[in-house]
Amino acid sequence: MTTTTPIRRRPDSGLPTGHGTGRIGNRIFAGISTGAGVVILVILAAVAAFLLWRAWPALMASQEELDTVNIMRGRSLAGYIAPLLFGTVLSSIIALIVAVPVSIGIALFISHYAPRKLAQGLGYIVDLLAAVPSIIFGLWGIQFLQPVLHPLFTWLSENLGFIPLFADYQAPARNILTAGLVLAAMILPIITATIREVFLQTPRLHEEASLALGATRWEMIRQAVLPFGRSGIISAAMLGLGRALGETMAVLMVISPGFLINFYLLQPGQHQSIAANIASQFPEASGLGVDVLIASGLMLFILTFGVNLLARWVIARRAEFSGAN
Amino acid sequence: MTTLATASANQVRRLPGWAPWAILVGCMALAAGILALGQGPTIAGVLLIGALLYVVAITITSRAVEGSRYAKDRLATTLVTAAFLIAMVPLVSLVVTVVVNGIGALSAEFFTSDMVGVFGQDPGGGIYHAIIGTLYVVGIAALVSIPLGIFTAIYLVEYGGGRIKRGITVLVDVMTGIPSIVAGLFAYSLFLLIFGPAYRSALVGGVALAVLMTPVVVRSVEEMLRLVPNELREASYALGVPKWLTILKVVLRTSIAGITTGVMIAIARVTGETAPLLITVGLANNVNYDAFDGRIATLPVFVYRQYSQGGASVDRAWAAALTLIVIVMALNLIARLVSRYFSPRGMR
Amino acid sequence: MSKRIDISDLNVFYGDFKAVEDVTMAIEARSVTALIGPSGCGKSTFLRTLNRMHEVIPGAYVTGKAVMDGHDLYGPGVDPVVVRRQVGMVFQRPNPFPTMSIYDNVLAGVKLNNRRMKKADADDLVESSLTGANLWKEVKDRLDQPGSSLSGGQQQRLCIARAIAVRPDVLLMDEPCSALDPISTLAIEELIHQLKQDYTIVIVTHNMQQAARVSDRTGFFNIAGTGKPGRLIEMDDTATMFSSPSVQATEDYISGRFG
Repeated sequence: MTTTTPIRRRPDSGLPTGHGTGRIGNRIFAGISTGAGVVILVILAAVAAFLLWRAWPALMASQEELDTVNIMRGRSLAGYIAPLLFGTVLSSIIALIVAVPVSIGIALFISHYAPRKLAQGLGYIVDLLAAVPSIIFGLWGIQFLQPVLHPLFTWLSENLGFIPLFADYQAPARNILTAGLVLAAMILPIITATIREVFLQTPRLHEEASLALGATRWEMIRQAVLPFGRSGIISAAMLGLGRALGETMAVLMVISPGFLINFYLLQPGQHQSIAANIASQFPEASGLGVDVLIASGLMLFILTFGVNLLARWVIARRAEFSGAN
Repeated sequence: MTTLATASANQVRRLPGWAPWAILVGCMALAAGILALGQGPTIAGVLLIGALLYVVAITITSRAVEGSRYAKDRLATTLVTAAFLIAMVPLVSLVVTVVVNGIGALSAEFFTSDMVGVFGQDPGGGIYHAIIGTLYVVGIAALVSIPLGIFTAIYLVEYGGGRIKRGITVLVDVMTGIPSIVAGLFAYSLFLLIFGPAYRSALVGGVALAVLMTPVVVRSVEEMLRLVPNELREASYALGVPKWLTILKVVLRTSIAGITTGVMIAIARVTGETAPLLITVGLANNVNYDAFDGRIATLPVFVYRQYSQGGASVDRAWAAALTLIVIVMALNLIARLVSRYFSPRGMR
Repeated sequence: MSKRIDISDLNVFYGDFKAVEDVTMAIEARSVTALIGPSGCGKSTFLRTLNRMHEVIPGAYVTGKAVMDGHDLYGPGVDPVVVRRQVGMVFQRPNPFPTMSIYDNVLAGVKLNNRRMKKADADDLVESSLTGANLWKEVKDRLDQPGSSLSGGQQQRLCIARAIAVRPDVLLMDEPCSALDPISTLAIEELIHQLKQDYTIVIVTHNMQQAARVSDRTGFFNIAGTGKPGRLIEMDDTATMFSSPSVQATEDYISGRFG
């Protein structure tokens, strides 16, 4: 027979209000948290506001004033930024064309081909690539990738040179294609991570239904996995694009810059990206020159902001459709 | 019985398990042979051409023996596996390149001396000042971002609702994508307004990095807080514990390992940032212990500047790059270990 | 020192949705009151209003009265935190704090509230609470191990010990055995019998045999249809409810014809 030990009670207290119930603590804590959220909003607004404030003189300057800025070499503001914008977008598109199919492959390998025990470890390894600083990607691009690509580019130019894209390769391989390939390696992990997540959410039942009907693994993937992951792939690509557009060091170090708008992927001295141009010119710029560079930075900010917003929108829409939160 | 028998008769013949490997070896040998006739084989060339030959060979063989459905499956398997191997190329070659080029110049002296009096092609010199500078800049960024990020995440998970919450979530997402150079321009403009044009200090770089780091911290902490089961919050409320103490002592306490991991990965990420520091803090040759005044050296900018100078400086650049990559990888590794070994059960 | 609760005309809302309608009942001190009814009938929602736990969900509110020994639980200026310190709760799934040892789990109500306590007093409180929850003998040699190292039934008794360590007057139990095996269930039911000497206990259960075994009075909740609010259909002594209920729906439910 167990006996309950009588438990000592505090004297009956009724229902006091206030004291020791953390009302003040609650209020302070809620205030700090809400304040932090608001600060984030303020910071983002400040980034936009400061860029606009500093870019304003450049946007308003007359051509005579702009002609005094030596980095402009007599171009108009639009004439200065347009080739940079072109270079930025071109290098990022190259990166996407290479990275997206490879990422889909890696994601499939991890989610559907690799043995389950290995899968998480392989995921970590791909994530490690994301941890490598961009400056090191730049060094790698020059030291490793450039010599490796040289024979390939030579071959391309000799045999497919009739296609304008590959015409007239000139060594060294410090062209926009090399830069695009370095960018591809850099955005690979972020795209892979997003796609992998989506593939792993593919309803098991769909996959098993497909396999039960006698489909090969590839047929199952085509019937069940890829349709399910399509919008995930699109938004992952957009996220990667946003990252590639803003990447500075790799392009700065790899590419031999130029201010032209053309598609000669294998020639040096043709293209430059906005971010790399800012990084290379900013330390020496002064006066209106700084404002011009900041104006180009504002362009880049708007571009990446739009791309990222679009990516999030695609993700959000998908979440609504699939009913998965 | 009959149907089953017919089915197995119709069953396609499959390639034996060794066949793909044999074809692979054959293709590599063929590729080496082809290149030997031309400019001479290189490892990259053999692998590339061999892989292309294999893709064609396995598909044709499989089609002949197993039929087109299985041929497609083989092709897909080959391509998917190839994609993974391709992804390993940058990682492995990058690590090898940095280690091979960087290890030679490493010495105890390299870590304990700065660049005062070391000019152009002189050997010697070191990165002590750059390590201190990186600690300062990243330290400032962490001081700002960690509390700001954690409290924002708390707001999003525990307090927020409705439009403001959705707005902050979206903007934090978008902020994750701010180009690092733009963050640098922002910090530059901000301090230009406050202190005038000549102001350079670790503080400016720290603010730029904080803009990049905060959203990363918010996202990872938010994810961790959401993993804490509601049952634990309810258990705490039911004991008469006020909300703020519940958040502090139950929610944060339960997710602390995951939060630490997220914060360390965020720190690792900004440690390697170069572009914003290039345009805000510049570079110095000496140790600068004043975070609020004067140019300061940081590891990534040191790597870039030294590499640009050529000659003996390039060796220093590689050695510094090796140091940087070791720091960043170590932070990542330790971060993963923290969440692996310190998370409470069922919260990994 | 357990207390009685008198509820009159209580409605529970989630925003615009009325979840429970017009409940009037008396919960006697030092007795076990069981609430039964089909899923979704609002019995758990109602239970949570007795220590204002429903307020955790944004937009949830209550109209009507709930009076504990003369003090209105919803009176102006009454802090829900104070209510919860006097009306403890045990949940469906055992939820010990995973970061705390068994010892600290029992003291959670003290420690989480930043209250200081002498080591000797704390030891006494842990021992008396664990003894009160019939767990002392099983765990006294491993108090420093994590609470999650115990079996499910032990974890649930640990949660009961944690609840009574705050020394409440009333103990609410929300399907406390639904995640447990029969042997652990039996242990909890025995414990409820003992706790009744000191506490007012309200238990929500899906298991009618359990209600019949442990409770003195039973209330039957039902719902007219989906989207309609739950109502208290009938309440009486348990023996009466299970032998000759006065409402047909109660008899149908108890005899297993629906629900």
